[in-house]
Formats: sequence, structure tokens, C-alpha cells
Amino acid sequence: MTSENRTIWLLGPQYHQPTLGELYEKLDLPDGPIAVVTAGWQEREGEDEELDGHLGGRSLDLELYRRADRVFREDPEFREAHREMQHKLREVEGLYDLRLSYVVGSVRRLLKAEGLEELLRPEQEHAIEQLRELDAWHLKRILDIRGEFETTLKPLEREVIAREREEIRTILEGAPALVITGGHVAVLLNRLRLFGMKELARDKTIVAWSAGAMVLTERVVLFHDHPPQGPGNAEVMEEGLGLCPRLVALPDGKKRLDLSEEDGVASFANRFLPAYCIVMGDGDCVAFDGETFSAEEGVLRLSPNGTVEKVTSW
Amino acid sequence: MVTREREDITERELAIHGVVDQKPTRTEIDAFIESHEFPLVEGSYTTFVYRGPAEAVFLGHWIYGLPSSQQFKRVVGTDLWYLVMELPPDSRIEYKLQRTHHGKLEWLLDPLNPHKASDPFGENSVCHTAGYEIPEWAQPDPEARPGTLKEMVFESAAFGSARKVVLYLPARFRTTRRYPLLVVHDGPEYLKYSGMKTVLDNLIYRLEIPGMIVALTHPEKRLTEYANHQPHARYLTEELVPFLESELPLLKQPRHRGLMGASFGAVASLATAWRYPGFYGRLLLQSGSFAFSDIGEHQRGPAFDPVVEFMNAFREKPKSVSEKVFISCGTYEANIYENRSLVPFLQKTGMELRYVEARDGHNWENWRDRMREGLSWLFPGPLWMVYE
Repeated sequence: MTSENRTIWLLGPQYHQPTLGELYEKLDLPDGPIAVVTAGWQEREGEDEELDGHLGGRSLDLELYRRADRVFREDPEFREAHREMQHKLREVEGLYDLRLSYVVGSVRRLLKAEGLEELLRPEQEHAIEQLRELDAWHLKRILDIRGEFETTLKPLEREVIAREREEIRTILEGAPALVITGGHVAVLLNRLRLFGMKELARDKTIVAWSAGAMVLTERVVLFHDHPPQGPGNAEVMEEGLGLCPRLVALPDGKKRLDLSEEDGVASFANRFLPAYCIVMGDGDCVAFDGETFSAEEGVLRLSPNGTVEKVTSW
Repeated sequence: MVTREREDITERELAIHGVVDQKPTRTEIDAFIESHEFPLVEGSYTTFVYRGPAEAVFLGHWIYGLPSSQQFKRVVGTDLWYLVMELPPDSRIEYKLQRTHHGKLEWLLDPLNPHKASDPFGENSVCHTAGYEIPEWAQPDPEARPGTLKEMVFESAAFGSARKVVLYLPARFRTTRRYPLLVVHDGPEYLKYSGMKTVLDNLIYRLEIPGMIVALTHPEKRLTEYANHQPHARYLTEELVPFLESELPLLKQPRHRGLMGASFGAVASLATAWRYPGFYGRLLLQSGSFAFSDIGEHQRGPAFDPVVEFMNAFREKPKSVSEKVFISCGTYEANIYENRSLVPFLQKTGMELRYVEARDGHNWENWRDRMREGLSWLFPGPLWMVYE
């Protein structure tokens, strides 16, 4: 639970229906540049003319993607260790996927099975519990690998990172808000983590969408029901920054998920309980004040009973 | 319009019999035609209909395994002709009508069928049986950001002449990013008849494949150059690809480099990879003309001599030439036997292989319809990771 006196705003995807400008007007932010993270756009980082327009020409990109490139270039020891860690993370992810396909498969089959409710229900619940256990196990493996890396390398104390971080700190000191765009969620999370952005942005109003919203939650969940290859098993990528607890953010969920498939919706929702699985669609807006999430117009939640319901607060 | 979707319909229940059995008047025939879509698909039956003056009407199609010409029946006393065929679901069949009129045989597009497909030889009518739909991702999507096409002329020492290449650069192309490269045989045909630019734009936009650079090549003497021709392999591998890698921001590992082609183009792709094993990490081979002879002479004509020689050598000593190979073939084409029989040879080599079949023929829209599965398997996009 965050205790800071600030609001985090989570928006729907901005590509088709930008609502950032509207929110910006509403927030009436104090003077100063608005810090922006577009690291999820990778090579296109900083190509944010449209974004700048929505922010009244006040945006200032923190250039986390380029800064990270500089770090890797100037600190070869760190680069090598980071590469090794990423390699381990990929290996572990492959092993998780292997197990996941069986566990998800059994959940799906059990949810479609017919029989006496009193016999079937405990099996279904236990299968979902196994899925939760597997997710938790995977998160622990990731944390262990990251923990080992951080203990050994002490990233924030390294000269190049500390220098870049100081520059970011200076910019943020004068900025009343931080905007985090979507893009590649792993790249974005890595960069935010690399520069210890959670701590640096401690008091800031944050506005984020899509991948930007996902990284603020406790668990980044990757999802797609109809990928061109494979069964489309949602998977836990890793822990997010944890600034928005009790939430699994599902940007563009209407397109990426089959929301009419009750068994799929139910297993998704139950798997991540007590968190709310929220579909962040075009035009959506959720505010989190450190205690409560509220959505004036309502947002769609995957409900544990398999339906999709509109919620305004939780 | 009436469409019949019952799967268990019997032949006697077909709509055509409601007309045929009634000795229909001209007005009744008009009403029948206006109230149905043709070819009329009812369950597993497809009724082809022609109306007009003729001494005989046949269905000319390219379904390997069926007599290539199927005769229509005339409804006595009328100018209405029809043919009922039992065809499997999910089929896509290209055909023409063969009409004999005043003693002269003509090939016609089916006037009652709006679905047409083009190829270098002209147009055909297309029949879709139950379950087949033109893939959504193969149709222009106004939301998809368009890539760009750029023509270049490349002086090839291997050929001693200039070669045309069309380059596809993905939307939001940046020189600061590195891209996979796909080299395509018969590039202009893939663009024109398989809608390859639309497919690339859509799949990239949907994140199903990464933004990639595609070199769409064009032969001068196709049957020679694509039939295991050393200068062709040298042109692509020692000249074109190195040139592109020097000029464009390309990823240079074999797993980011693909070769693709259909029919003879598939032979050219496999043969080029065979001459330069390991250079191309990805192969997409569609309806390859992989002719071979286990014993005796092949019957495919002299153009196939070098193909048969190559395929016999490959089958004699299969070797790993790439990392991942995707093969597709239509079950209604003559090449199905050659493609199916190639699979175990490729599997022996340890290359990762995916083989798919579809109820379609040897044509460009079959190759279009398999592109999503092939490209997204060979070059998986960042679908799971990008949330914009």
C-alpha cells in the first residue's frame, strides 16, 4: 500500500482515443516541466510531439532508454552481468511456460468438465490454486535471480548509474508530474528499475497507460487469447513496481481477450484474486489515491463468476 | 439472398432441385438466381450454375485428383445449366467455366460469382465452401500503419546483369533499430496476387511479426534461375544480402534472415539454403515443386531436370541447411505428394520443421492465406510484450 499523498492516474490506450490532454487540463498542475518516460517505445524514445501537445508543450523526456544504453556502453562489467541475468530470466521463463501449459490446460478442461457439482467444484478450485502456486513460484525464482544480481552488482551505487540517476532526480525535483507511456513492457520495467524510479518518483502525481499502467502494479501479467502461435496462456512476467496494489491491468483487453468466454474469464479472475483484473480500454480512466481505486465512468472487471462487470471503485 | 448452412442436408433437398423438378418458367429461373448466391453452398454440396446460350458447359478447375473438366446438366427446355459437386468444407477452389457455343470452346469467368482471383495468367472465379473465409488479416486495415515500397536496381556480378529488387520497409522504420531480413522469390507476384504488402502491414501492426525489411526479388529467366542455379544462389547470398546488410540496419544472425518462395520459388529457396547451409536461419517454402524420381525418368519436362537432380541429391543425403523451416501445400495441388514426402527427409536433419496443408490449389491466394502462420512462426513478433 502506498502512503504518499499523491494520485496515480491510469488511462486506457492513447493511440485511438487520446484522453491525456483532457486529464492534463483537469489536473491543473503547478509550474514546471512534466517528466515523461517513453522508454517502452525503445528506439522511438522521445518522438513525442503529439504527447507534448497533450501536455501543453511542457513535457520533458527522461530518456531512460538512452541513459540505459549509455550505462551498458560505459560500464562493461555491469553490462555483462546484466546480460547474464537476462539470460537466466529467459531460461526460467521457458521452464515456467513449460509447466504453465499443463496447469492451464488442466484448469480449462476441468472448467468444461461435466459432473456432480460437489465433486467437480473442489477439483476446479484446487487446479486454480495450483496455477496460483506456480505463478508465485515463478515470481520467487525471478526475485531470487534479480536479488542475487542486485546484491552482487549494487546497481544504484555504480558510478555511471548514479550519475544518470542524479540527473533524473534533478529533473524530477522540478516536475509536478510523471507520465509513463505504453510500449514494450519488459524494456520499460527494466529501465524504471535500473534507475530506481520508484523511489525517485515517490511524491509525484503519475499518469500512465498500457504498459505504463502494467508496470505500476504488483504483478505484470502478459496476456492474449488468440496469438497466431500457441495456446495463449496468460503468464506472470514478474513483479511490477507495486505502486498500484490489488490490480491486474489489462490494456486493450477487449481486443486481446475473449470476454464472452465465461470459463476463460472466470479462471483469469480467480487466478489473480484478490486483485481486480481490469480491462483498460479506450477512454478509460482510473484514479488511485493510495487507498482506493475509483473510475468515475466505470471500467470493466473480469469477475470470478465468469462475467464482465462494470466497477466504479474498489 | 438465401444461404444454406445445414450440415446434414441431403442431395434431394438442394435448392436447385426445387427449380429443376418444376419445369421452371423464365420468371421462376430469374427469381431463383436473384435469390441465391453462387456457387450455392449447402452443407457439403456446392451447386455451380450457368445461365445462357450454350451447347455444353463444363467446370474447369485445378483440383488434383478430380477429373479436370466436370460437365453441367441442362434443365430441359431452358438455358439454365447446373452442376452439383460434393466438396469438403474449408475449401477454396479456383475455376472457370468452359462453354461450347456455336461449336467453339470458350473459357469464361463465372458470371454469377463475384469472387475472383488473379495470377500472371489472368483471372479465375473462386468458390468458397462452408467454413472458408478470406482472412481478416489479409484485407486492408485502415488502422494499420503502412510500410513503404522502394524499387532498386542491383548490378549482379553473378548474373552479369542488373536485377530489380523491391524493398519493403516497415512503418515507423528507424535507422537506429535493427531489423530481420526476409528475401522473397517472385516478389512482384507476391505483392500483386497475394497482397503481401497488406499482409506485412497488418501482421506488423498487430505485433504478430516484428517490423522487418523484405527484399522482393524478381527473376529474369525464372525456370532456369530457380531450378538450383548456382549464379542465383550466389547473387542472393554473396551479393544482395551483403549489400543490404551494408546499407540497411539489419540483424545479421542467421535466425534473423529468411528466404521465401512458392512453387519454383520454393525450390530456389531450398536450393540456395542448401548451397549456403546455415546462412539463412529461416525458410518459408510454399507449394514447392520438389520433383524427384525414385526410379526411372521423371515425367515433368526438361525444365525440371535440374530440380529432380537437386531433390534426388537432397533426399539421398538430407542435411541441415537452416534452423527453422515452414512448409505449406494445398491438398488440391499435384505437388502435395512431393511436399508430403519431403517432410520426413527434412525431419531427419534435425531442423525445426512445421508443415501445414490447406484445402486449396497451386495459387497465390493459397500462399497468401498461409503467410500469417508461416511468418509468425518463423519470425515471432512482440505481441506478448508490447502494450501501446
